[in-house]
Amino acid sequence: MLNAVTTFLLIGLGGLVTSHEAGMSVPDWPTTYGYNMFLFPVDKWVGGIFYEHSHRLLASVVGFLTTLLAIFIWLKDSRKWLHWLGIAAFLLVILQGILGGLRVRWQLNWLGVPHGAVAQTFLVLTCAIALCLSRWWQNLETAKLVSVPRGLRKHIFYVTLLIFIQLLIAATMRHQHAGLAISDFPLAHGKIWPDTTPTTIASYNAQRTEMNGENPITAFQVNLQMVHRLVAYTIFLGVAAAAFLARKKLGGGDALTKFAFFWLILLSLQIVLGAATIWSNKAADVTTLHVMVGAAALLTGALWCLMAARRTRLAA
Amino acid sequence: MKKFVLLLCLSAALSLQIAGAADITGTITLTGTPPAAKEITPIKDDPTCASLYPGDLPKTMFYVTGANGELADVVVTLKGISGQSTGASAPPAVLDQKGCLYVPQIIAVQTGQKIIVKNSDPCVHNVHATPTANPEANQVQMPGGADLTFAFDKPEPFLKFRCDVHPWMFAWVTVVDSPYFAVSGKDGKFTIKNVPPGKYTLEAAHRKLGAQTADIEVKADGAAQNFTFEVK
Repeated sequence: MLNAVTTFLLIGLGGLVTSHEAGMSVPDWPTTYGYNMFLFPVDKWVGGIFYEHSHRLLASVVGFLTTLLAIFIWLKDSRKWLHWLGIAAFLLVILQGILGGLRVRWQLNWLGVPHGAVAQTFLVLTCAIALCLSRWWQNLETAKLVSVPRGLRKHIFYVTLLIFIQLLIAATMRHQHAGLAISDFPLAHGKIWPDTTPTTIASYNAQRTEMNGENPITAFQVNLQMVHRLVAYTIFLGVAAAAFLARKKLGGGDALTKFAFFWLILLSLQIVLGAATIWSNKAADVTTLHVMVGAAALLTGALWCLMAARRTRLAA
Repeated sequence: MKKFVLLLCLSAALSLQIAGAADITGTITLTGTPPAAKEITPIKDDPTCASLYPGDLPKTMFYVTGANGELADVVVTLKGISGQSTGASAPPAVLDQKGCLYVPQIIAVQTGQKIIVKNSDPCVHNVHATPTANPEANQVQMPGGADLTFAFDKPEPFLKFRCDVHPWMFAWVTVVDSPYFAVSGKDGKFTIKNVPPGKYTLEAAHRKLGAQTADIEVKADGAAQNFTFEVK
């Protein structure tokens, strides 16, 4: 559980690094300005270095906790498949560390996208392990269980998959380092669908006063943000349908129905945060909150699927 | 004796060539209303940088204009000229980090010409060149640290230098493969010196407003060409 919470915070801190354009503020890795990273003097944690160095330290904590978790499962738990999940988490955290390091060493912007994707996958994996280790998972009373209809489970699985795809789109947008490709909402450059002719794109760029020296925007980036918006609306409708379907099929008092409505609240908050990201001109704190709630939405869908699968299997 | 005569002939030929070369001059003007410059408020995030500005914070400098719309920071080059760089022997260009800003924000250099990056600030910066055609480089520069030297082998317009410790800091360097270029001043004027007579395409490029070209002929007394950019 501690590992899962720390991972969630780490995603937030990673979000802050990108929001503050601080990913390359520490040019070396695994050292920090030539120091052993654990001995880097606190008085040098300034500007972008603060975010990047804190991110590295917290990542080390997550790596350490994941190693302990894998060892604990291997030694104390009898479930073979859970052993391998622990090993998978261990390997994934190593891969994630290397991806982060190579992003710095090879100075490759695009590596930030798989780094973000692996972060989300790792969060789901560690939370899934925490769920499997929980008392709820191990002490479910078979007699009281009601199976979850296959249609509902499939619906929620596909919406969760769509959220993951949405997070990949979002990571691609963020790692363009171009700031806001569309600076208004709910309209887009004053229209329902923005003009992306070369002359208009040139005009958008001429009118931007990007404080952080972001790259000029392109038609691709404008269209990508439009896709992000459309997928967001689709996900919201999908989650709303999931919540009402769950109430219809399982009843309002069922824990999974309540969890689905919690998911809907999360999605509503996420839509508001998406709008706030635009209205605040991508303020770092608002944008990072948007990243974290996105991760929480993915996690909620994934855990719902796991709990429903577990319940259905035991009830059968 | 033979060597002396040869040297004399070479010097004479060079003198004749320079005498035959002329300047391209012009003025860049901006029409339309550019977006207002904004205070760089993120400077407040770093106490050391903030302490350098006890009064007003500096503002963004995307459009540096004169009273009558004269436009600075436009890079004017001869298009299609390559392989004539004398960058290796040219004096180095200088970028300073002063007041937690890059000064100047726009420069142009030749391929192979050295760019000296200084740190006049009391805080650390990372000098991060993010080219598209040349290799990327990211180096730390401590306060009072030694100057850093960069050089780029391939021509590239508006190659960005940034500091990731202070993400509002950036400069753009246009790398040209010949000595024939200029950057317009605050009066909008530019001069490209010692251009051999002939027909050329002149390009004026502004980072925010794109590029314009004009066909010109450089005669013995030079050539003049003005450009007008419009903010839409």
